[in-house]
Order: sequence, then structure tokens, then C-alpha cells
Amino acid sequence: MGEKVFLQGNVALAESAIRAGCKYFFGYPITPSSEVPEYYARKAQEEGLVFVQGETEVACFNMIAGTAATGKRVMTATAGPGFSLGQEAMSYMAAAGLPAVVVEVMRPGPADGEILASQGDYFQAVKGGGHGDYNTLVLAPCSVQEMCELIQDCFELAEKYRNPVILLSDALLAKMRENVELPGRKEQNCDLSWALTGCAGRKHNVMTTCGDGAAQWEKFNLDLQEKFAKIKANEERWENYQTEDADIILVAYGSMARVAMGAMKLAREAGLKVGLVRPISLWPFPVKAFEGLGDKTFLVTELSAGQMVEDVKLTVPHKENVYFYGRLGGFVPSPKEIFEQIKKLGVK
Amino acid sequence: MKTIYKRPEVFTDVNTSYCGGCGHGIVNKLIAELIDEMELREKGILVWPIGCSVYADKYYKMDAICALHGRAPALATGIKRSLPDKFVMVYQGDGDMVSEGMAEIMHAAVRAENFSVIFINNAIYGMTGGQMAPTTLLGQVTSTSPYGRAVASSGYPVNMAEIMANMPGVCYSERVTVNTPQRITATKKALKKAFELQFENKGLSFVEVLSPCPTGWGKKPIDAMKMVDEQLIPIYPLGAFKSPEEVPAK
Amino acid sequence: MNQVVINFDLCKECGYCVNFCPKKIIAIGSKINKRGYYPPVIEPMEACIACGTCAKVCPEAAIEVYKDI
Repeated sequence: MGEKVFLQGNVALAESAIRAGCKYFFGYPITPSSEVPEYYARKAQEEGLVFVQGETEVACFNMIAGTAATGKRVMTATAGPGFSLGQEAMSYMAAAGLPAVVVEVMRPGPADGEILASQGDYFQAVKGGGHGDYNTLVLAPCSVQEMCELIQDCFELAEKYRNPVILLSDALLAKMRENVELPGRKEQNCDLSWALTGCAGRKHNVMTTCGDGAAQWEKFNLDLQEKFAKIKANEERWENYQTEDADIILVAYGSMARVAMGAMKLAREAGLKVGLVRPISLWPFPVKAFEGLGDKTFLVTELSAGQMVEDVKLTVPHKENVYFYGRLGGFVPSPKEIFEQIKKLGVK
Repeated sequence: MKTIYKRPEVFTDVNTSYCGGCGHGIVNKLIAELIDEMELREKGILVWPIGCSVYADKYYKMDAICALHGRAPALATGIKRSLPDKFVMVYQGDGDMVSEGMAEIMHAAVRAENFSVIFINNAIYGMTGGQMAPTTLLGQVTSTSPYGRAVASSGYPVNMAEIMANMPGVCYSERVTVNTPQRITATKKALKKAFELQFENKGLSFVEVLSPCPTGWGKKPIDAMKMVDEQLIPIYPLGAFKSPEEVPAK
Repeated sequence: MNQVVINFDLCKECGYCVNFCPKKIIAIGSKINKRGYYPPVIEPMEACIACGTCAKVCPEAAIEVYKDI
């Protein structure tokens, strides 16, 4: 503790997950997430890990479901195309109550796209790319340090609610190197009486997501909705920067939050009162972060054609005061570029 | 009175959802007998598919999970890698394994996963109402091959037991059926072998069971049993295609 | 006398026990069960040799067999 190491995002995340007691990893190589399975493969012998490179992301997402069903901490890491393949299993894990952790490292889509930074999978991660009424917690770090801390929280939150949790990263966060103080080792400490372990000494456990008539299936869904309502009520996370006196509020998460912080600094130096709302939980969307900011002008900046901006518009009282600026293709705007956009708003 | 046959202990009281005369029912019963005899109930996890046996998790007083369509071998990989000392059974039909889940079963074999796989081949998609399966016979009429399966549009039936036998990661592959009392006994023997093998660290054990599907084939149960002899066995011969004696432990 | 006990409501009238009984003493009955099927009856029970074949072929595990010793 206290010692800092200069680590790549993916590597720091993998090491932090291992320290959280996640001994099981099933993954398929895909840029920009491959360093995570590579790290697990390298450390498997030394740390007593189980690493399997599954044949497809479809298989890997179902493998983590299986290990999660036995009550063990387990993770996969992927990028857009692989995350798309895993959506049926996301729906399944949420329905069956399987606490696996999914790391999604965004890159520009749609389709194969590029392997640079993007935030174009917000809708998919946050609204849920799988079918049916379900939700998953989505946590979005903005630094390698925060990624190390949040990935450990992911396992606890997944177990607390018996639901999969998504850690939403992007190519920039994954590949950049920063100084980090790695978190310590954590122990799993939760009720596992529901897990599939062989029914010695207890009633047998059955996990199925196949309905048995409308009455049973509606009750099943209402129970799920109750679970999601609890998450929504208790797990909003955000950080606000200089919002109290601000006239213009930037809204950004992940890599873009780092850019926005730079733009905010430039703006303040130029005498403009600019603040930043940085969502950390994207689901549940941190509605509380916007309390008291109803009269402000918002500039939402994302590496996409505009996805989180819709949730900002749903949250604030005057959606006509919500503006958007984004880049596509893998370009990450500079703080100066965002500062120009702030000036263009013409807010005094 | 001496008990010659009693309903297996591990069974719940739930009435199965299978049609009268379905081979699933016979195989489910054999599995239950083996669970009782081999004392696997408290030591195992059953992995069920999407198909006619989708509700089988309700029939056994045993830990169980119903997988997504085709994914049972992947789910079972996650379970068995986590709990290598526990008994893990994968049970799939032809839609689940040979169509939706072809990658998953092949790669479970590639990785030589140490679990027992039971494949119920009735040459049709039963649960969804009788559509063509990859295992449907040439010329066989189904709801999606109303003029009979033709090679030009739908290719050839798939012989899974032979394919599995060719995989180094598979230590045992046999095809059996349940259309006579003797063959039911032989099926139980094959299942028992497959169940025992998963603890010898030799890889995947595979039993394909040709099953009558009276409803899907449009036949009375006894006639469906005859159809297994007359039409299925010529294409899907019975026998052991790989024996575990040939395979060393990993 | 050997005993064959049919679980009346589990039977789905597939006819396998009727077909495979070596003594040909099983026949489809005339009483309907709650699923609409006619479970079999064994007549005469005295001719039963308790071979267990009926129980073996039943897909519902609806048949139990006891031997009088």
C-alpha cells in the first residue's frame, strides 16, 4: 500500500480483479481488451487461476454464467462486436440471478469499425442489448486508478444484488498508462446458499429462465423489477466539479470526462463559469447529480453520435437547454476543441 | 415382496411434459436410476437444454440449471472448471446441440472437458412443433421440409457420435437407442460408462440416443419405435465409435 | 402373487408396456385418468412373472413391480 506503479489500464484492471478474488476468467481475444485475458493467462499458475480462452464470445458469456452459478467470482472482457454477441447471455444472467462481471472496452462501431476510443456502446450497455425487461449496473471509470477500484466494487455489487455488472471502459482508458496505487486483496463475503454446488445438506437449487405460464412468468418478472428498483434506489454514483456557481455544465464520463476537465479549466481561466457532472454509474443514471442544477445550460460531450445526451434530457427540467458535441470514428477531441464548443454556446 | 422396480428416489412427483411414448421419458428415467445407484444426487449438477426437455429441471431433486439454447456445453464448462470434483451432466436434443450449439459442443470436445454429454436424436425439432433438424433424414417430411428434406436446400443429416469419436478430446462415444427392453438396458450401460468416465480425467464422454418422436413423426408410439429400426438406424448405426481404453488420462 | 402397480395419473397410454409384456397380460384399460388417457390393466395378475419389462419400457416411470417371494 502506498507504492505507485505505472501500469496500462487493462493490466491494472486484471491485477485488481485478481486481488478481488476473481480466480475465473473466460474470454476471447478482441482489441482493445486482449491484455486482460493475456494477463490472466500469464498469472494463472502463480495465482491459482482458471483461465479458459473460449471459442467465441457467445461461449465465454455462457461460461461465466456457469461459474457464477456455482457462486465463484468470474469475469470476461470484450469489446463492441464481442459484447454484442454476449447480449443473450446478459439477459439470461440478469434473469437467472448470476453475479458475473463483464468488462466492455468500447471501440468505434458500428460493425467491425476501428480499435480506437469510443463511447458508442452506451445504449447497448445501459439500456441493455439483450431482450426482455432487465437492467444491469454499469460503472464507468475515468482513470486507471478509478478502474482498479471500481472493478473490485463490481464483484461486490454483483453479489449484493445477484445480477451481472458491467464495467464500461474504452480503448483509451484500456491502453493508457498511469500511476496507480493498486487496491488490496479482498475476500468474498456473501450468502451463497442459492448457488449450484451439489445439494448435500440443503434443498436442491434449480435455476431456470423458462416460463411456466403467464401468472408464473409475471411474478418472476415483478421480482426482477423489484431487484432493479433496489439497485436504482441505492447505487447512483457520480462526481460533480464546480457545479454550484456554474452557468454551463459539461456532462461527460470515462475518457471524455478527462477531456472535459481540461476544457473546464481552460474555460475557468477565460472567466467562464463552467462545471462538470461526471456520471460514474451509467445505470442507474445518477439523477441526483443534477439536483439543484435545473436552470443551467448543459453541454454533453461523448465519443458517439449522442447517446447519454438522451438520458440527460430526460433528467433535467429544461431539455431545450441541453446541447451535444461528439466525435466519431475514434477521434478524441482535445480540451481546446471542447472549450471552443463552450464558447459557441454564447452563454454569458 | 421383493422390489423388482420402484420409481427412482431422485424423481419429484412432477408429471413430465413429454408426449406419450417419448424417448426422453425413458432416458430421463435411466438417468434417475443411475443417480440413485451411483449416489450422485448430492454431488452433481444437471445442465438441461431448450427443447422438449426444457422442464426437466423440475423432475429431479438435484441442483440443476436450464441453459440458453445450444449453450449447455459452455455453461457446463463454467460449472465443471469451478467444481471439478462434482458430477456434471449435459443433456441436449438435436436442435440444441447440432444446430444452435454446434460450436459449443465441438469446442467442449476440443478442450476435452470432463463432463458427460447425452444427446437425444429424434431427427426433428419436437418442442417447437416438428420442424426440420440437421439430423432430419433425407426425404423426411417436417413442417419446414414439407416436401421432404432435400440435399440441395438443406444438405445431409449429421452423425454426431462419429464426429465426436474423431475428436481427441472425446474419450467415449456411443450411439444407442431405446426401442426394445434389451436396448434400454444397453443404453443404461452406456450412460453409466459415460457418468463414471468424467472422474477419470480423460475428457468428454458422449452418448447419442436415437429416440422415437411419435408426435413429430405423426406415428403411434409403437410405430415410431419401428421407424427407429427401419429409417433411423440405417443412417445412424448403433455402436461404440470410440472406447475409453484407447484414451490416456490428461 | 406378483404385483404390478400402475401410477394411474402418470400414464400417457403410449402402449409400450402392452406391446412388450412377454406374457401378453397387459391391455389398455377402460377408466380415463385426469389427463384424458386410459392407463393399462394387468389381467390376470396371477400370470405375471415379475420380469420388470413393463417398468423398463415405461417412459413415465409409472410402473412398479414386486415379486412374491
